[in-house]
Amino acid sequence: MTVVMDRAAKARSAPSGPRSFWTTRRRDQLTGYLFITPALAGAVAFVFLPLVLVVWYSLHEWNVLADTFTFVGAENYRKLADDPNVPAVLRATGLFSVGLVVFNLALALLLAVLLNQKLRGTTVFRVLFFSPVVVSLLAWTIVWGFLLQDNGGINGLLDAIGVDGPNWLRSGGTAMASVVVVQVFKNVGLNMVLFLAALQGVPQELYEAARTDGASAWTVFRRITLPLISPTILLTSIITVVGSLQVFAQISVLTQGGPGTSTTVLVYYLYQQAFQFHAFGYGATLSVLLFLIVLALTVLQWQMRKRWVFHES
Amino acid sequence: MRKTVSIAAIALLGALTACGGGGESESGGPVTLRMTTWSANPAHVELFNAIAADYRKTEPDVTVTFEALPLENYTTTVTTQIAGGNAPDIAWILEGSAPDFVASGALTALDDSIENTADLAPAATALWKQDGKLMGYPFSTSPFGVFVNTDMLRQAGQTLPTGDKWTWDNAVAVAAATAAKTGKQGLVIRDFDYKDWSNLATVFRGWGAEAWTADGKTCGFDQQPMVDAMTFLHKAIFTGKALPAPGVAADFFAGESAMTIAQISRASLLKDGKFGWTLVPLPAGPSGAYSVIGQGGLGVLKKGKNAAAAQEFVKFFTSPANSEKLAQFFPPPRQSQLNAGTLAKANPLLKPEQLQDVVIDGIANGVVKPSHTGSAEISQAVRSALDPMWKPGADVPGVLRGVCTAIQPLLAK
Repeated sequence: MTVVMDRAAKARSAPSGPRSFWTTRRRDQLTGYLFITPALAGAVAFVFLPLVLVVWYSLHEWNVLADTFTFVGAENYRKLADDPNVPAVLRATGLFSVGLVVFNLALALLLAVLLNQKLRGTTVFRVLFFSPVVVSLLAWTIVWGFLLQDNGGINGLLDAIGVDGPNWLRSGGTAMASVVVVQVFKNVGLNMVLFLAALQGVPQELYEAARTDGASAWTVFRRITLPLISPTILLTSIITVVGSLQVFAQISVLTQGGPGTSTTVLVYYLYQQAFQFHAFGYGATLSVLLFLIVLALTVLQWQMRKRWVFHES
Repeated sequence: MRKTVSIAAIALLGALTACGGGGESESGGPVTLRMTTWSANPAHVELFNAIAADYRKTEPDVTVTFEALPLENYTTTVTTQIAGGNAPDIAWILEGSAPDFVASGALTALDDSIENTADLAPAATALWKQDGKLMGYPFSTSPFGVFVNTDMLRQAGQTLPTGDKWTWDNAVAVAAATAAKTGKQGLVIRDFDYKDWSNLATVFRGWGAEAWTADGKTCGFDQQPMVDAMTFLHKAIFTGKALPAPGVAADFFAGESAMTIAQISRASLLKDGKFGWTLVPLPAGPSGAYSVIGQGGLGVLKKGKNAAAAQEFVKFFTSPANSEKLAQFFPPPRQSQLNAGTLAKANPLLKPEQLQDVVIDGIANGVVKPSHTGSAEISQAVRSALDPMWKPGADVPGVLRGVCTAIQPLLAK
């Protein structure tokens, strides 16, 4: 307030004549820019620059060992179109993402609805389901790796009840499902908490009115709860889809992309190309593909919000 | 107002200058050399540090640090360090990626950095030469042998076949019987784990099979010797239960299996002697007796910051005197040291006849594990194509034909 009055006084007392370049407005702008410069510099150095560099690298053949960096134009993109592994990799990526998003969101919503009841002991369960979120991803995955071994804990339990469990991480059918489940249990708590917060924001009087009208529990959930928490569903689905496309550690620890290429998702494939096969240029091309897929999906979800997200203008 | 602008400017300047790294002294001053290894074995590390400490006595300005990286990602980690402009000065190199490192020009020639190169066994250096120049020094030329838990065999009422009776058929029979009696595992091919198939060379060479021809151009997986070897192995795993099934973990050195195929450097894991054991050569296959060698080389990276100092240290590290010390873990490539006398001094855990049979004869007759340029991509393609074989009832010849379909374009590159 004082500042505003100062400025007004200064403006009144300012001598007329040639005005200085540094007007109050310009000085304020400069101050603002200087304050955001460190954050901006960080974003440029660690987000925008790498993004541009990846596109630049994708136009080159870069062999780290031989120390060669040759411009090859669109050659890597032609290689991408002809790569016989890419269809299988995209299929695995799609399977993982769909499996993860559907299973994760459904389970998170179910847990949130169950734990939203006013019953004794719900806090204990909330903590229990959320705790994997704070556990180190690698530790979590390694422990699951032991549990899922052929002679591991899960098959031991199945054995005790007379069931001959499959070789979870080694057979084509179960390897992908196992990786999805391990990832869902790791992160379902986070989505659960977000849903829980959304559920508690639904006005009670709407439920009371619906009940007075004789609506069944399912109708109440479908007509009142779901529409009112739809912004949270949008948020969690974007986070989960983007996260699912970036899965790496779990694949690297549990299956290394196998058996065959059944769990070789895009991120793991580009890691193999760049870091194991020393083809950094082609690896960068695959990152560009990943970037475009993430971008397209996010734009699509953002557009779709108009159709199904309630109270979005 | 002006004060606010100045504070913001100073803060920005501070942030920017803080980002600038502090350089290293290029020449003259103290030098720190970094050597990457894949062994965190305390006994190995202790020996390396002792050698580095000895070196410091004559070169007080040079400090050498040893960075142990996990074996399964070793080459990837080193490559990433090189790509990130943080290349180690000296790196161990696995035999599988030797052709890539040697042919790429990433290494400096070591001919002037190794004392008495005429003493090096030609079989040991073959993989490490490029145009007649020695690009890597094979500090470890280690034959594979079979470690046997004699206590476990006795407990299962089995005896270890010897002489002509030490064949793959008999070895697998004893392993299966011991596993069935004790509830432990039979024979573990160490580090194979149904992923690193190059360790299977310790089995399929007994049938005279090769992953590819000597010129590296033609796939050998669909040839009859390989089909026979893999059919035998498949039967031993899924019918005989002589080897642990996929996904089953068993460590011989923790007393979890009757036998394991491993290199002699693993003998140090048996120092505490929790059970009786012996070391024998690989069993004879249908094509007779054979031996397989695993190698580790070390090279000086051109992109390291102190290549000249690194070459000097390599000269010291590989000198005959230090080579003799290293021989307790890593059989040296120096012919003058490949005798039972020298090796026995360095390997108190092994008996002279074990050293003669497994190490000395093994190096003389052995063939190095499969290697090829572009080995990581080829290995991955083989691993992936072999996966369908690791289940009961698999079509072994069909899977092996699939391996060749997958790798032939890569071999032809």
